[in-house]
Amino acid sequence: MALDYEESKEKIVEALQKKAKTKSKFYFNDLSKILEAKPREAKKVINKLVEEGVLEYWSSGSTTMYGLKGMGKQAGAEHEGE
Amino acid sequence: MAKHETPLLDQLESGPWPSFVSDMKQEADARAKNEKNIEYQVAQDNIEDLLGVLELSYNDCTTHWKHGGIVGVFGYGGGVIGRYCDQPEKFPGVAHFHTLRVNQPSGHFYTTDYLKKLCDLWEFRGSGMTNMHGSTGDIIFLGTTTPQLEEVFYEMTHKLDQDLGGSGSNLRTPSDCIGEARCEFACYDTQDLCTHLTMEYQDELHRPAFPYKFKFKFDGCPNCCVASIARADLSFIGTWRDEIQIDQEAVQAYVNGEIKPNGGAHAGRDWGPFDIQKEVIDLCPTGCMKYENGKLEINNKECTRCMHCINVMPRALRPGKDKGCSILAGAKAPILDGAQMSSMLVPFIKVNKENEYAEIKELIENIWDWWMEEGKNRERLGELMKRQGFQKLLEVTGLDPDPRMVQEPRHNPYIFWKEEEVPGGWDRDINEFRKHHQR
Ligand code: HEM
Ligand code: SF4
Ligand code: SF4
Repeated sequence: MALDYEESKEKIVEALQKKAKTKSKFYFNDLSKILEAKPREAKKVINKLVEEGVLEYWSSGSTTMYGLKGMGKQAGAEHEGE
Repeated sequence: MAKHETPLLDQLESGPWPSFVSDMKQEADARAKNEKNIEYQVAQDNIEDLLGVLELSYNDCTTHWKHGGIVGVFGYGGGVIGRYCDQPEKFPGVAHFHTLRVNQPSGHFYTTDYLKKLCDLWEFRGSGMTNMHGSTGDIIFLGTTTPQLEEVFYEMTHKLDQDLGGSGSNLRTPSDCIGEARCEFACYDTQDLCTHLTMEYQDELHRPAFPYKFKFKFDGCPNCCVASIARADLSFIGTWRDEIQIDQEAVQAYVNGEIKPNGGAHAGRDWGPFDIQKEVIDLCPTGCMKYENGKLEINNKECTRCMHCINVMPRALRPGKDKGCSILAGAKAPILDGAQMSSMLVPFIKVNKENEYAEIKELIENIWDWWMEEGKNRERLGELMKRQGFQKLLEVTGLDPDPRMVQEPRHNPYIFWKEEEVPGGWDRDINEFRKHHQR
């Protein structure tokens, strides 16, 4: 069954905001777990969330992570706490 | 006069090899003179600053680049690698110095006119410095600022018919050897397969949803000019399943010294007359060749397609006629436990252009489904194969086990069967058994 976009968006935003104090960057798999969906299904929703500017990519060059747009991610990448 | 003193970098120029420091200084000078009157869109002296920050790193033995960042072009999760300097006051020209991966044309074919256009664009909107080509295969544009990213991307896609490549947790820019375009050894059309899969998997290339990076590389024959066996999660290596074609007359011509061995390579010194026994027969890794009474024979069943004999005598020997490729899986270059080569997954498959490589794509997608579900964060396919076992890979790809998948079948004959794979299962007729065995 295809995921409902609005519902999925709410789930993701809620889950990420809840963790915002300790964590601002998430792996793709973390997001598909939040959605309780297969990666291919989750991907459609996550792509759209990026397109709409709800999520944004963070990349080290070798690894990509996702976070809510505008959340400070850089300090975390340098192990300074976030 | 250089902007920063760089005695340690200057020293690097004194060696016998071409130096990247000299190259950087050359571009820094060209930008300072600006003979073409370019309206530079990023700091004109950014290469001076780049030299400066590198000298600083040589002095204090630590990097001054931050780790990653949030940059990209709209809708793309890869192709741009954010690079921010952690000493922006000292080196303002490289405060942002992002890298772009530009998807190279298959086989690295382009016209000089096209290359000039790429370079002009990059001088105008970036540092002018490129890396042709990166070890990923891409054309690498080194160094621009965040506001220039969309501009460069627009120019490339709208005027040069050129896309960005892959970076991050996605399909990386597929890369291939020059193949049938120039090379008589090619057993399939590497460029067509590479281009086709690049176009087919645009979504996987630009929108990261994998546990980590994933690479395809395509070699037309086992010479492996793009080293697919060492560098790709899926390595496509051209091969044949019939017999090496032998032209006995040409063999004689080599033996008589009429044709230079190795296509005339290694001619820098006199190695003496060509000795077919010593240079070919004795070096065949499987010992499957013999040369007797002026006739060369190959026991093709034992040949592992190492290419040695063909490379030495290309006019006498050629790959067979029934050509295709082998697909191997799971190479990676881990920092801690040493290089891991790809393992044989499909010993032979026809590379079928007519049905748009349907069998190959089915295999790829089965592997991705497995890895996307089961792979841990930052786990490459090769590591998942080790963790869950090759047998699991066979299961998800629906392939039957084959002795050629075992690296050294004679040394390691263990096959663990599952009960459903054994006719009759594990149960035995105890009465039948007792007839021959006492309690
Ligand atoms: C054709 C003849 C034989 C074959 C193919 C064979 C094969 C094997 C294999 C595959 C194992 C490893 C099993 C495992 O990994 O769990 C093994 C273990 C062993 N074999 Fe044999 N074997 C043969 C004959 C013999 C004979 C004649 C003896 C002794 C009289 C023997 C004594 C053992 C012992 C003591 C072990 C170790 C058992 C253990 O790990 O607890 N084998 N053999
Ligand atoms: S890998 Fe083989 S086919 Fe491709 S360029 Fe090298 S020698 Fe030729
Ligand atoms: S290709 Fe290699 S293994 Fe095969 S016959 Fe030639 S030297 Fe021997």
